[in-house]
Amino acid sequence: MSEITLDTLKPGDLARITKMRVKGPARRKLFDMGMVAGSEIELVRTAPLGDPIEFQIKGYHLSIRKEEASQIFVQKIE
Amino acid sequence: MENTKIRVALAGNPNVGKTTLFNAITGSRQHVGNWPGVTVEKKTGIRSYRGYDIEVTDLPGTYSLTAYSLDEIVARDYIIEEKPDIVIQIIDASNLERNLYLTTQLMELETEMIIALNMCDLALERGDKLYIDRMQEILAAPIVQTVASRDIGINELLDRVIEQKYNDKYHGREIGYGDIIESKVLEIEKILLTDPELSKRYPLRWMSIKLLEGDRNVRTKVGKSHVSAAINELLASIDQEEYEADIADKRYVAINAIFPQMCTRCNVRMTKSDMIDRVLTNKYLGIPIFLALMWGAFELTFAFATPFTDMIERIFLWLAVNVTSRLEPEWLASLIGDGIIGGVGAVLTFVPNIFILFFLLSLLEGSGYLARAAFIMDRLMYKIGMHGKSFIPLLMGFGCNVPAIMATRSIEDEKDRLITILVVPFVSCGARLPIYILLAGAFFGRQAGTVVFFMYVLGIVVAVISAKLLRSTIVKGKPAPFIMEMPPYRVPTLRTSIVHMWDNGAMYIKKAGTLILIGVVIIWLLASFPWGIEYGSEESYVGMMGHFFAPLLEPLGFDWKMTVALVFGLVAKEIVVASMGVLYGAGDSPEALTASLLADPAVTALSALSLMVFSLLYMPCVATLGVIKKETGSWKWTAFALAYGIAVAWIMAFFVYQGGKLLGY
Ligand SMILES: Nc1nc2c(ncn2[C@@H]2O[C@H](COP(=O)(O)OP(=O)(O)OP(=O)(O)O)[C@@H](O)[C@H]2O)c(=O)[nH]1
Ligand SMILES: [Mg+2]
Repeated sequence: MSEITLDTLKPGDLARITKMRVKGPARRKLFDMGMVAGSEIELVRTAPLGDPIEFQIKGYHLSIRKEEASQIFVQKIE
Repeated sequence: MENTKIRVALAGNPNVGKTTLFNAITGSRQHVGNWPGVTVEKKTGIRSYRGYDIEVTDLPGTYSLTAYSLDEIVARDYIIEEKPDIVIQIIDASNLERNLYLTTQLMELETEMIIALNMCDLALERGDKLYIDRMQEILAAPIVQTVASRDIGINELLDRVIEQKYNDKYHGREIGYGDIIESKVLEIEKILLTDPELSKRYPLRWMSIKLLEGDRNVRTKVGKSHVSAAINELLASIDQEEYEADIADKRYVAINAIFPQMCTRCNVRMTKSDMIDRVLTNKYLGIPIFLALMWGAFELTFAFATPFTDMIERIFLWLAVNVTSRLEPEWLASLIGDGIIGGVGAVLTFVPNIFILFFLLSLLEGSGYLARAAFIMDRLMYKIGMHGKSFIPLLMGFGCNVPAIMATRSIEDEKDRLITILVVPFVSCGARLPIYILLAGAFFGRQAGTVVFFMYVLGIVVAVISAKLLRSTIVKGKPAPFIMEMPPYRVPTLRTSIVHMWDNGAMYIKKAGTLILIGVVIIWLLASFPWGIEYGSEESYVGMMGHFFAPLLEPLGFDWKMTVALVFGLVAKEIVVASMGVLYGAGDSPEALTASLLADPAVTALSALSLMVFSLLYMPCVATLGVIKKETGSWKWTAFALAYGIAVAWIMAFFVYQGGKLLGY
């Protein structure tokens, strides 16, 4: 299975995080929020203007911008 | 006999109901809202229970013990430095997995812990099965189920607090991090142990883990110790990023292992909330709905209030006519009629608007829509150099700028926060509203609503342009990443909304009875003296004062009375209306302020508009300046906010007035 980034998912797509490559202070924050390797994540919706994106992870909803999402690698779960 | 005191801290993730629980325990009325980051300061209250004085401290929410934003730092420092007897972690039962992440860290602090499993109603309603006994066993901490919003489980929680006070050391169970990390933890612990001061104050294992995680705060704590060189050397030899990822990872692995034993059928989606979001954050409808909601709130604030404001106005008119005309001596009648009823009355007339405004804002906060507003607007905000989260303080600013500026504490990035603090004062707060209603009502007839709406829009536009300006000049840089939890929608509790409305409304009334009253009496005195002049005439002290400042404001179309009103309005914007009440209401036959304004040839529709624009922008009130100083910690920025505001106001009002004159108005 090929690795893709989080921002390329479509609403309703389910995936598993493989690698979190965000740098800087946001990195820690994202870990704390549950964006660790192995977590299942689902893209819920995109904001009306195309950014940020809302995900469901660890049983709650989290929104982040595309910029960060594009540095988080996932494997799609069919 | 003196009661035994127990110090308890309420800790937990944002938006899990800590403040609701705090209010339920202590009977306080602290601000509650359905978005992460409502509480930004610690608040303490005392509850006497079964012969104990339980001192409860409500803390801002935090996702982790490594803090990012100011409010999180407050929470972390309290737990770590003030060492409460017992930490109650409030856990959102409907969001167990992520909430346990903080639990794993709190356990490492080795303080007595109780878990309040809040929002049990939500978890049970959607069909989660919670195994409390099992949870208690695994976490080795007492667990109490609560529904803070309905006062359920409070006494049981307090009983546990008292029990726990006398328990022998009863620590929670710490999790393991695997060979590699644990061996490093041991190494660091050994080094730290050589500093008895440090090891007395903080748990060594916790410190070691935090050091491996690269926690800057713990690093500074160690930095002052003689072991710091050895620690730095050790940390330099490892790949910190790897450890950071690994530790977070291990925590979630541990949670994954225990979580299924505590709860089954969890993680069911909040279907109702999802359905609402499908409409409210819809690709095409999201923004129109947001605008419609704002417009609707605006309309309600006026439409609903009109019959009440009319009534209050009539009462004051009646008072002015009937009471004061019978008062002796004449100066007393003038003080009460022209001064107090004219001035304070003018402010009190708008109490209904203020009540409705705060009620609506509270609905906005309680429903969970604020987080969506930030979500919808982040893209636009980013373009102008602001953070999506800044949108929340901006909206709160419609009520009062002071709490709005406080709310910026949950913005992680310093520059994002500074910009927000500097532009919030342009958002038109409740105190400015009377100025518009009075002037627009008097001069713009059926267009009054549109004119007032324009003022609100103007405030936002100026805030936005100022942010853009600041970003491209003094506060350069890009907004920090947007990482925000989206809470499920909730039906706002009527109790919370009414309390919010009442407390803020009462504050407005109280201010009218104190600060505004004093201001009004001073203006009346200045308008009555020196001896022998006609009240409120140009020969009076206010007249002289007005004429002194007039050259500065003449290009904006203001006569000396308006000038005086604006000068006194520096203290609080309500005084603008109050002093107009004092100065224009004067005359033999007391008539409504509106009528006297219309009759005065110096006030035209155009100068009224210019006055509205100027009052909106010209300066944060004294309370706002105080909070700007407190939150930026800098006189320089406070002075900047002041000078910038006045400059912008002058320029805008100049364009309105001179432009209007050119167009022939
Ligand atoms: N259904 C339900 N809602 C609750 C309960 N407790 C609190 N709430 C709601 O949850 C929301 C958050 O409550 P707060 O008390 O402001 O939460 P907090 O933990 O203090 O939040 P921060 O100060 O932002 O960290 C509010 O809308 C409350 O009305 C509960 O037991 N059940
Ligand atoms: Mg709170």
